[in-house]
Amino acid sequence: MAGATGGYYVPASSPWPIIGSAGLCLLMVGFARTLNGGGDVALAMFGGGALIIIVMMVGWFHDQIREGESGMYNAQVDRSYRWGMGWVIFSEVMFFAVFFGALFYVRNLAVPWLGGEGHGVMTNMVLYPDYLATWPTNGPGAVGGTFRLVSAWDIPLVNTLILLSSGFTVTMAHRSLKLDNRKSLLVWLGLTIFLGIAFLYLQASEYIHAWTEMNLTLGSGIYGSTFYMLTGFHGLHVTVGLIMLIVVWFRLAAGHFSAERHFGFEAVAWYWHFVDVVWMCLFVFVYVL
Amino acid sequence: MSEYQEAIGRDDHQDGPAKGIRRWLFATNHKDIGTLYLVFSLIMFITGGLMAMIIRAELFQPGLQVVDPGFFNSMTTMHALIMVFGAVMPAFVGLANWMIPMMVGAPDMALPRLNNWSFWILPFAFAILLSTLFMEGGGPAAGWTMYPPLMLQTGDALPFVIFSIHLMGMSSIMGAINIIATILNMRAPGLHLMQMPLFVWTWLITAFLLIAVMPVLAGAVTMLLTDGFFGTSFFDAAGGGDPVLFQHIFWFFGHPEVYIMILPAFGVVSEIIPTFSRKPLFGYSTMVYATASIAFLSLIVWAHHMFTVGMPLAGELFFMYATMLIAVPTGVKVFNWVSTMWRGSMTFETPMLFALAFVVLFTIGGFSGVMLAITPADFQYHDTYFVVAHFHYVLVTGSIFAIMAGVYYWLPKWTGHQYPERLGKWHFWLSVIFVNVLFFPQHFLGLAGMPRRIPDYAVQFAEFNMISSIGAFCFGVTQLLFVVVIIRTVIGGKRAQARSWEGARGLEWLLPSPPPYHSFTTPPEIHPDAHPREIAHPAGP
Repeated sequence: MAGATGGYYVPASSPWPIIGSAGLCLLMVGFARTLNGGGDVALAMFGGGALIIIVMMVGWFHDQIREGESGMYNAQVDRSYRWGMGWVIFSEVMFFAVFFGALFYVRNLAVPWLGGEGHGVMTNMVLYPDYLATWPTNGPGAVGGTFRLVSAWDIPLVNTLILLSSGFTVTMAHRSLKLDNRKSLLVWLGLTIFLGIAFLYLQASEYIHAWTEMNLTLGSGIYGSTFYMLTGFHGLHVTVGLIMLIVVWFRLAAGHFSAERHFGFEAVAWYWHFVDVVWMCLFVFVYVL
Repeated sequence: MSEYQEAIGRDDHQDGPAKGIRRWLFATNHKDIGTLYLVFSLIMFITGGLMAMIIRAELFQPGLQVVDPGFFNSMTTMHALIMVFGAVMPAFVGLANWMIPMMVGAPDMALPRLNNWSFWILPFAFAILLSTLFMEGGGPAAGWTMYPPLMLQTGDALPFVIFSIHLMGMSSIMGAINIIATILNMRAPGLHLMQMPLFVWTWLITAFLLIAVMPVLAGAVTMLLTDGFFGTSFFDAAGGGDPVLFQHIFWFFGHPEVYIMILPAFGVVSEIIPTFSRKPLFGYSTMVYATASIAFLSLIVWAHHMFTVGMPLAGELFFMYATMLIAVPTGVKVFNWVSTMWRGSMTFETPMLFALAFVVLFTIGGFSGVMLAITPADFQYHDTYFVVAHFHYVLVTGSIFAIMAGVYYWLPKWTGHQYPERLGKWHFWLSVIFVNVLFFPQHFLGLAGMPRRIPDYAVQFAEFNMISSIGAFCFGVTQLLFVVVIIRTVIGGKRAQARSWEGARGLEWLLPSPPPYHSFTTPPEIHPDAHPREIAHPAGP
């Protein structure tokens, strides 16, 4: 009900959910058809679906922003959003955990077994007698051919420092917001965005270098698979976080949020910290070790 | 103006439902969305059921008479995908949507628009899944477990199946988040966690499981996708990967998934049995702890689905012992349901009949589960009809019967009409008889060595297969009675009271039947030391 009476805001009927569902359907069908060799029609469906989803997100968030800024959300609604964002981030943690789990299994179990350790002794002797289990590896079949490694202490180290700094800058931005210092807030948040863009730029250039010059691709056996899937999904999440940071920056510039009530900002900051933590795990388990 | 009138007078949305189809497409009301989920799940139940009929028709006699073997395999695969993701899970979400806000005294779910999105993803996801049956290469036919490398031999359908599952996962995760936020944030002031109805507790715990494991399924099928289209080697030994890796990831999702499908059933049954025994649930807090224990244990037993793949002995032993351990809290719950009835003043209307059948038959399913848990024994049972019998007992006489019990129990509340009791009883008795004709012989088929997922079998299995198939056809036809009951109750029937069942207790029974479109816009008063069944219970009908 209306926040004006202190009651919990229950929104009126909204077209955005079904629009979003139709958009998702079109996107998925288009993507699937493209993978099956669908050509232009498939790509058009994919693009159309993506467009519909963007329209949905703009429309839906616009409704929420209007509701929030006009005071319809009370403290209880705020708590619902906190729970929501927290659990979304947890579900993403579980998603990354799958790929880290796969990495752990492959490095500690599958590859040693292929190399003849433990109960893999006969498999190795019969099928892969020439295979030496090391890491990185592209398997007994040397899938994808020889590749070179990305050194952890090169761009990845720089990216680590970038993301750690961006965690600091977003926290400083939050402090400024709570102190109602808008100018300082916009500077700190702008710095965070700049650092995020720098991260993505460096990651992209590293990808291009690795893919074209070092022959490290998705097809480079299990090493390439885990490397690109983990860093790739991470990059995707950084991109999403960056878009959210930019949107919040513009909202703050437009005068949205108050020093006391600004969960939209906090949610994005939480997400950004999550992305940072995932990178730290990546840096340790994918690049260094 | 009264606070109540002020609350509804000053909001910016309509007091009643939107007109026509907008009400359903643009819904934000938990009751409407609950109805959408339930109707959708019924349609999916019938669809999955028809696939089961095709399966049992082919298995009626030895030989290949009815369908092409490849199509048979796609039927077994799709039957499971539809039933698990399209029938059982959405039905429980529908019951949750309808009942949880009313049970905790909330005006609606925490995030009503997100709620609607969770629902509307599903028809599209299943349209994509079902459309694969008409594609080049047919629908997915590698089993609902989708093991590589066989799954990677799926034709054009492969990416469609994978994306369909991604969509279903999104729906479930968002729904689960909504449920947690509702239960933790929207309870009427003074309603403590240990005062909530058990159905709410079981859903709270189920929601945690959903958020934890649906992303794992997403990861697994994403790896299938990349192995299939982008040249990765997750499941390819030549590249250093391992097909068994998929099994670990899948079952890390898959085992909690089956508990996701049964915990809400425990909740439904825990609501029904006290009502028709006219006694409070025995051992409320123990039931809560047992449910939580089951959920926790469910996360560490996944490899009991993989005992025969060649895991190290230490692993096999761990998973055996951990799996057997789950029987303990589950047994506690069964004892508590029985103890609830002890010295109760009992009547046996249809909801109670289904709930009692659940207790007995689910327990039988649990016993075959303990047999399967014993690793050396499982080496004989694995991939035979013994497994098929086990999971159909826990899912059909377990989850499905609990859903039906819940529907019978709450239909008067939802519609304001009593359902036709005689027809309900006919539905029950025919169902319970035929479900046993259908699935009990499958235990013996499995013990005698009949493998699963085969369209043709050795002649010594013929008699029991014929019996099972007859049971299936009769069980299938019997479910039409259920559809008739529902339609007749929605359309009309004797007026139902607010407290539709004499022994029913809880906030939802304070509301009229049917409840107003928006209920508890002002929260009800909770008596601070109230027994869970007696909260806000004024003297009266």
